[in-house]
Amino acid sequence: MFDIERWQEVFETLGKNKLRTALTCVSVASGIFILVVLLGFSSGIQNGVKEQFSGDATNKLTIRTRTTTKGYKGLNPGRNIQLKMEDFIDISRNYDDFLEYRSGNYSLWGSLINYKNEAGNFRVQGVMPDFQFIANADISEGRFLNESDINEAKKVIVVGNKVKTELFKGKSPINEYVSIYGIQFKVVGVFFDPGGEREESNVYIPVTAAQKAFNGGDRVRDMAFTVPMSGSLYEALELSEDLVAGIEADLKQKYIIAPDDIAAIRVNNTLEEAKKIYSLVDIIRAVFWFVGIGTIIAGIVGVGNIMIIIVKERTKEIGIRKALGAQPLSIIGMILQESIFVTMFSGLFGLIAGLGLLELVGPNIDNDYIKYPQVDFNTALTTVFILVIAGTFAGFLPAYRAAKIKPIIALRDE
Amino acid sequence: MIQIKDLHKSYKMGSNSLHVLKGINFNVEEGELVSIMGSSGSGKSTLLNILGMLDEADEGSYILDGVPIKNLNERVAAKYRNKFLGFIFQSFNLINYKTALDNVALPLYYQKMPRKERMDRAFHYLEKVGLAEWSHHLPSELSGGQKQRVAIARALASDPKVLLADEPTGALDSKTSHEVMDLIQGINDEGKTILIVTHEPDIAQMTKRIVNLKDGIIIDDHPVEQIRASQYV
Repeated sequence: MFDIERWQEVFETLGKNKLRTALTCVSVASGIFILVVLLGFSSGIQNGVKEQFSGDATNKLTIRTRTTTKGYKGLNPGRNIQLKMEDFIDISRNYDDFLEYRSGNYSLWGSLINYKNEAGNFRVQGVMPDFQFIANADISEGRFLNESDINEAKKVIVVGNKVKTELFKGKSPINEYVSIYGIQFKVVGVFFDPGGEREESNVYIPVTAAQKAFNGGDRVRDMAFTVPMSGSLYEALELSEDLVAGIEADLKQKYIIAPDDIAAIRVNNTLEEAKKIYSLVDIIRAVFWFVGIGTIIAGIVGVGNIMIIIVKERTKEIGIRKALGAQPLSIIGMILQESIFVTMFSGLFGLIAGLGLLELVGPNIDNDYIKYPQVDFNTALTTVFILVIAGTFAGFLPAYRAAKIKPIIALRDE
Repeated sequence: MIQIKDLHKSYKMGSNSLHVLKGINFNVEEGELVSIMGSSGSGKSTLLNILGMLDEADEGSYILDGVPIKNLNERVAAKYRNKFLGFIFQSFNLINYKTALDNVALPLYYQKMPRKERMDRAFHYLEKVGLAEWSHHLPSELSGGQKQRVAIARALASDPKVLLADEPTGALDSKTSHEVMDLIQGINDEGKTILIVTHEPDIAQMTKRIVNLKDGIIIDDHPVEQIRASQYV
C-alpha cells in the first residue's frame, strides 16, 4: 500500500487516460454527492418533524373521562365518569417509578379574562407545577406555579405571551391583577411556548384554586403525565403503552366500566403519534438510502467496467510482468489499488461537495418540515466505508481476471 | 543444466487435438549457446515456452539445474521464472511507460530488492549493454537495437541460470542483429547458458550448437563452428 513504485504506476496509468479517469471519477463522485445530499435532507426532515412536536413534550400522556357507552355489571350505559383528585394521587403513587412529570388538571375551556378595560377569551387551566414541563412552557418573566400556590390555593396566574400582548399591550403584567368571571388573580409569570400562538393563549392557575373558585370540588378534568425518555423511542413507547394499559385497567375497575368500553376513558399518547411520524421519517430515510446506494452502484459498475478495459489493455504488460516473476497476488494488488484509489478519491470529492452544498444551502432553507439538513460524522464515515468496499468490489473481478492471465497468451497478444 | 526427457505437448483445437511436441529428448550443459531451429509449426516456440515455464508439458520430465519442474502452481512458477530464467523476446516486450532503467529493475522489484540496490544493479547492467546514458529514456525514444539491448539487460538483471531468447533478432535489421548477437556471444563467453530460437541460419551459425526441429521431433542436433558476430560489426 505504501509502495512508492505502486503509486507511481497507479498515477501513470490514470494519467495516460485522463478523459476516461475523469469520467469514471464523475460517475462515482456524483453517486456519493447524491447520497450525501439525500441523507442530509432526510435528517433535515427529521429535524423539522421533531420541531413540529416540540409544542408539547413528545412523551406526554393525557387521560380524560367521558360517559360510558356500554352497560356493565348491571349498570346502564350513559353514566358520566368523573375523575377525582384521589384518582390522580393513586395513579401517581402506584406508577411512581414510571412517571416523570405529573399534573392533575381542572380546566375551564373558553373563559373571559378582564384586565382594566381589556378583555379576551382564553383557555384557563388549573394545573400543577409539573405542568410547565409537560406543556413545554418556557418562562420569560416571573415564575411558574409552585407547590405553595397549590397547597394554599393561591389566586395567582401565569399567562401566555398572547395574553401579554393582547391584554397588557406588551407591558409587563407581573403583579397586575386580572379577573376571571369576576374573581381576581395576580399575575406571577409569563411564558412562551415553542408550540406557537395556540399554546400561548393558555393561562395557568393552581388546580386547587380553580377547583375552589369555579365549583370544582375535588374533581379533575384530566390528568397529564410524561414517561421518562430512557433508551430508544421504541423502548419509551413500549413503557408508555404498558403504563396506559395499567392506568386504564385500574380506572375501569374502580368505576365499573366494561373492559371493552373505549369511549369512557380516553388516553392520548403523544408518543404513539410521534411513532407514526417517525416511522414515516424512517421510511423516507430508507428510500433515500436506497436511491443513493443505487446511484453509487451505478458509479461502481462504471469503475468496474473501466477496470476491465484497463486489464484488457494491459494484458500484454501483465504477461511481461508475470514472465519476469510477478506473483498473481501482486497483480491483484496493483489493479485493486488503482480501483480503490479512483473510488476513494472521487468519492471523497463527492462527499466534500455534498457536505459543502448542505453547509451552504442548509441554513437558507425556510420550510417547516425541513430544518438544518446535515450529515453527521457517523454517516459520513459510513459512506467512506461503503466507498472502500465498493472500490474493492469494482476492482476485484478485473483484478482476478488479470491474475488468471496466462503469460504465454498475454505475450502473444499484439 | 537442462535435462529434458520424452517431452510431449498437444493443444486442443475444438474437437481435434494438435500434437505439437512428440517426444523431445535433449540436454544442455552449463555455458552452452544453443540455437533451436525449425520452420514455423515445428514446435520450437512451444518448446521454448515449456522451458520458460510459461507453458506446461503434458508428459515427460524437465529438470532445470537439478530442480524438477512439474505441477507448478502460479506462485511457484513465477518464483522460478524470476530466479532461474531471463527472457528475451522478438518484440522486446518492454513496459512502454517505464524508463529503460525501471524496465531493467523490474525483475529485481519482484525479488523485493530494496530500491537503491535495485537501481544500482539495473544501472550496472545497462552499462554492460552500453546504454548507460539512455537510462532515463522511455522505450519509445529508443531504436529497435537499443530496445533489445535494454531487454537483454533486463534478462540479465536477476542473474538467471539460463537466458531464453525467442527470435531475438527477428525484428531487427542485419547490422543491429549482429550487434545484438555480439552482445549475446559476449554474455555466453562469461559463462551464461543461452538458448535461442531462430529461423535464420546465419544467426544459428553464431551459436555453438544447432538443434533442428521438424514436426515436433528433433531431426538433427550438432555442434557448429561458431562465427563471431564481431567480425560483421
